[in-house]
Amino acid sequence: MSEENLLEVDRLITSFETERGLLRAVDQVSFSIPYGKTVGIVGESGCGKSVTAMSIMRLLPQPSGKVLGGEIHFKGEDLLHASDKRMREVRGGEIGVIFQEPMIALNPVHRIGRQVAEVFRVHKKMSKKDAWDAATEMLALLRIPAPEKRMMDYPHHLSGGMRQRVVIALALACRPDLIVADEPTTALDVTVQAQILDLLGQLQSEMDMSVMLITHDLGVIAETCDEVVVMYAGRVVESAPVEELFGNPLHAYTKALLRSIPTLDTPPKSVLPTIPGTVAALADYTHDCRFCQRLGKKTVTTRERPEFKEVQPGHRLEICKECSDL
Amino acid sequence: MLKADDLRVHFPVRSGLFLRQTGAVKAVDGVSLELAGGETLGLVGESGCGKSTLGKALVRLLKPTSGSIHFEGRDMSHIGQRALRPLRRDFQMIFQDPAESLDARMSVRSLIEEPFRIHGMGSRAERKKWVDELLDTVGLSAASAERYSFEFSGGQRQRIGIARALALKPKWLVCDEPVSALDVSVQSQILNLLVDLQKEFGLSYLFIAHDLSVVKHISDRVAVMYLGKIVELADSETIYRNPKHAYTKALLSAVPVADPKVKRKKILLEGDVPSPIDPPEGSAFGHRLNHPRYDETIGMDLSLKEIEPGHWVAADPCCLEPEDWKRLS
Repeated sequence: MSEENLLEVDRLITSFETERGLLRAVDQVSFSIPYGKTVGIVGESGCGKSVTAMSIMRLLPQPSGKVLGGEIHFKGEDLLHASDKRMREVRGGEIGVIFQEPMIALNPVHRIGRQVAEVFRVHKKMSKKDAWDAATEMLALLRIPAPEKRMMDYPHHLSGGMRQRVVIALALACRPDLIVADEPTTALDVTVQAQILDLLGQLQSEMDMSVMLITHDLGVIAETCDEVVVMYAGRVVESAPVEELFGNPLHAYTKALLRSIPTLDTPPKSVLPTIPGTVAALADYTHDCRFCQRLGKKTVTTRERPEFKEVQPGHRLEICKECSDL
Repeated sequence: MLKADDLRVHFPVRSGLFLRQTGAVKAVDGVSLELAGGETLGLVGESGCGKSTLGKALVRLLKPTSGSIHFEGRDMSHIGQRALRPLRRDFQMIFQDPAESLDARMSVRSLIEEPFRIHGMGSRAERKKWVDELLDTVGLSAASAERYSFEFSGGQRQRIGIARALALKPKWLVCDEPVSALDVSVQSQILNLLVDLQKEFGLSYLFIAHDLSVVKHISDRVAVMYLGKIVELADSETIYRNPKHAYTKALLSAVPVADPKVKRKKILLEGDVPSPIDPPEGSAFGHRLNHPRYDETIGMDLSLKEIEPGHWVAADPCCLEPEDWKRLS
């Protein structure tokens, strides 16, 4: 484990027990999150981004989801073998979570104040009064106007942007070392998204946190992340510092993804490059290069799994003769 | 081809013991627009600004409270459902979430065939042939016809929704966030399909979306909506290059750019869109900005004015640069 990494995930394998047998949703995923940095995890739906996050926090659906291999080290501690009691301390205490849909993350029948204060009561063992004051302070920190009044509101009283601020307040309450944000702004409008990302960035540097940002929006990645991990069909195909990844993508999937988004500079009504085919179903994943599988290419390599290795300092790539430039 | 004039859609708010009407949600509040043959008009705005309501009112899924909709010279804003039915062949809608808009208990064939049956068109053999042609048009295999919509991925389901909308050979379509539920790689496939279909059949689109790069890509003209009103309307290059309204500027600056080398100054807006139940009396966006000239706008005519040929903007002193405001007043 390197000194500068807060979190290291090494060859993580997560499987789900299904009617069709044991299916690997995450297949030997490796990446690390340095102290104080934001690492983006990008990929299409079903590529295993959220399952990776859930594996780190040990929140996989039970009893079907299981981590079958690999290692997760957080501040040097082995999270996969930590006790349940210890994990309850870690979640919400040292790792804060922000989910996509604030309406689902918040309990509709309790007041905002009670939900935010609960974090302080559980993790900091504060008295009711102290927890309430700390919660009010937290809402003020997230620039929620009139925090004392908002404490008495129910989630449905608030707009989407305000609700997401409350969810962030919950995640940041114990000043965690790591924030796992799973599509935190996908359900929000662009103007509100800009507010939330700006706020998150400021709080991150104030509190000196690391952020694991899961998103499918390459624009959000480009603007907020230091490093990017590109996932495809349960594997990491490429990871690099953000400027390197956007400026010098080496995997065919990363390139295709970058090309397929229209920008404000794309000529209107021109034909957008597309990625042919669709992602194979989990049960049909091949062992060799899965992007070749999508493109319908017979891989030249044998049935061996493509190697994932560092090709330039900080730039790691899955090596396939067809899909990677080397 | 299509012309809406001062269109309003208000939803009553009822409360109290006898559910008396105590107010109204002014979802669409005085919108005028035109759509030419073969044209795409993009409609952007934040959630709750009334863009979907406007789309639904234009295809008469909602009855407008006041104002008129003329299609090829015929007023269709207040005619009854029965009289409307034959007209409906000419305009259709594509919905955001095909998983919800397609009946899971119907095979793809019966889904696409349904419009023909409702309109009593063709024999059984003819309808079969038409469905096969439609599947081919939207890029699905003929074998898909016997399967069910839930067996398909999101992008393929959206193709089924498009095939259904095209069945009656409409002249124009409302596309309500047709790609926002899709992954980027699939999104580009559907956008390409929509552009191809437009060229092939000469369709017009009212394209509703919140993703501004998508709207710019597909639209000839773009209308920006805020709190039930259109605040700016121009051809898409102009609106992105030279926005005049403060809201349009803020909206554009908020779009994340997929290039880490570009560092832009963002205009961060405070607060949220005000409630359409009790909108500010004067300039709605001026109110959000807390603009010093807000008080002047109460009772002022804030309707769209042509600032440059083809470029319309709300004549609002809070939201325009001083020199633009001078040119308009």
